[in-house]
Amino acid sequence: MKRLPLSLLLLLFFLFLAWTVSIRQAVLFAVGIGMGAALAGARFGFTTGWRQLIEQRDPRGVMGQLVLLALASVFSLTLLGQYPELTAALGPPSISLLVGAFVFGLTMQIADGCGSGTLYKAGLGIPLNMGILPLFAIGSFLGSVQVGDWLKLGQIAPIGLVTEFGSSQAILITLFGLAIMALAARLWVGRGKTWWDRKWLIGALALSILAALNLIIAGQPWGVVYGFGLWAAKIANAAGLFDPAANAFWSQAGNAQRLNEMVLMDITSITNIGILGGALWISARASSDGKPLTSTQWMVGLVAGFLMGYSSRLAFGCNIGAMLSGISTGSVHGWIWVPLAFAGTLIGVRIRRHYQF
Amino acid sequence: MIPSSLKYQAIFWLCLTSFLVWDTSVSPPVDLRNEPPLIAAGSGKPSSGGHCAISK
Repeated sequence: MKRLPLSLLLLLFFLFLAWTVSIRQAVLFAVGIGMGAALAGARFGFTTGWRQLIEQRDPRGVMGQLVLLALASVFSLTLLGQYPELTAALGPPSISLLVGAFVFGLTMQIADGCGSGTLYKAGLGIPLNMGILPLFAIGSFLGSVQVGDWLKLGQIAPIGLVTEFGSSQAILITLFGLAIMALAARLWVGRGKTWWDRKWLIGALALSILAALNLIIAGQPWGVVYGFGLWAAKIANAAGLFDPAANAFWSQAGNAQRLNEMVLMDITSITNIGILGGALWISARASSDGKPLTSTQWMVGLVAGFLMGYSSRLAFGCNIGAMLSGISTGSVHGWIWVPLAFAGTLIGVRIRRHYQF
Repeated sequence: MIPSSLKYQAIFWLCLTSFLVWDTSVSPPVDLRNEPPLIAAGSGKPSSGGHCAISK
């Protein structure tokens, strides 16, 4: 589709939201479009950055991600210190988190896209990611149904750096942690490498501003997975496939309310739809045809997509909800998520090679 | 002839739009008088939205 009619369609949907839902949801949709355009335009792939670091010792993608984390942390931690009504992405350190992050890191390499990656690549029209998206949603829903049982295996209360140390110290601790990560990358790749790439840096700057806008407008950090799980939960509920009142997660007041409301009122759903729209807008001028996949590759990719959705719920977020939003809002669970997901990725890239993706 | 990737894209957007239309038609209408403030920061109202990091 050409950009002009597409822009008009997006504008119409923006006005529809402003008129029938709320101006806040309409503005969040616009923020989501920006996120999708930034992700797709800069090809800001978390999965690809990690894979390039491991396989080619190319640090440019990971350095772009570290710049994004640093900028988003400075913005978000400052805001959290100023406005008590804003909430951080606090997930509980738990067995569920350890297992979920590891499996997510593994499967995102096979599916060639994390939470945001699946969204923007589906928006770009890449067939595997469009196929994965509904399975990601089903997996995310099943994960939410069972997360209560996973938490019984062991958990501690969520830890927030702003609550524990205050905003300024939380920023210093976070930047120190990110510097350690950059040093580890430096030791791994050795000398004589190009460290920075303009495309990654522009993406990092744009996404950090948009993530901060999400926090300011919505009052909560950027997330992806919750919206997917909600969509599948609504269909399962309407089909009579599960009883939300009998489930630990969906019987909670907030979740039960969102299950009853229209999805256009849900914050993560509306930014997800915006991301798809923003990536579609980018795709109007970019070729998105990937190489054709064999039936085995399709099968493996779809199973990985389902597992990715399931594990992202156990991990209390994907690369956006747990890593970016977790770390940038001072949640300790984000810092646990990264090494576990990276360990999973080390296996995932080998499986990816085995199936010749 | 329409490329297969465009056909897949059309099916994908048709499914998503159908889901949104269906959901809007079966969900209770929005209470516009209870609209949240445009900007949460500084409003004094904490967010009550769902997020991936929540365990409950």
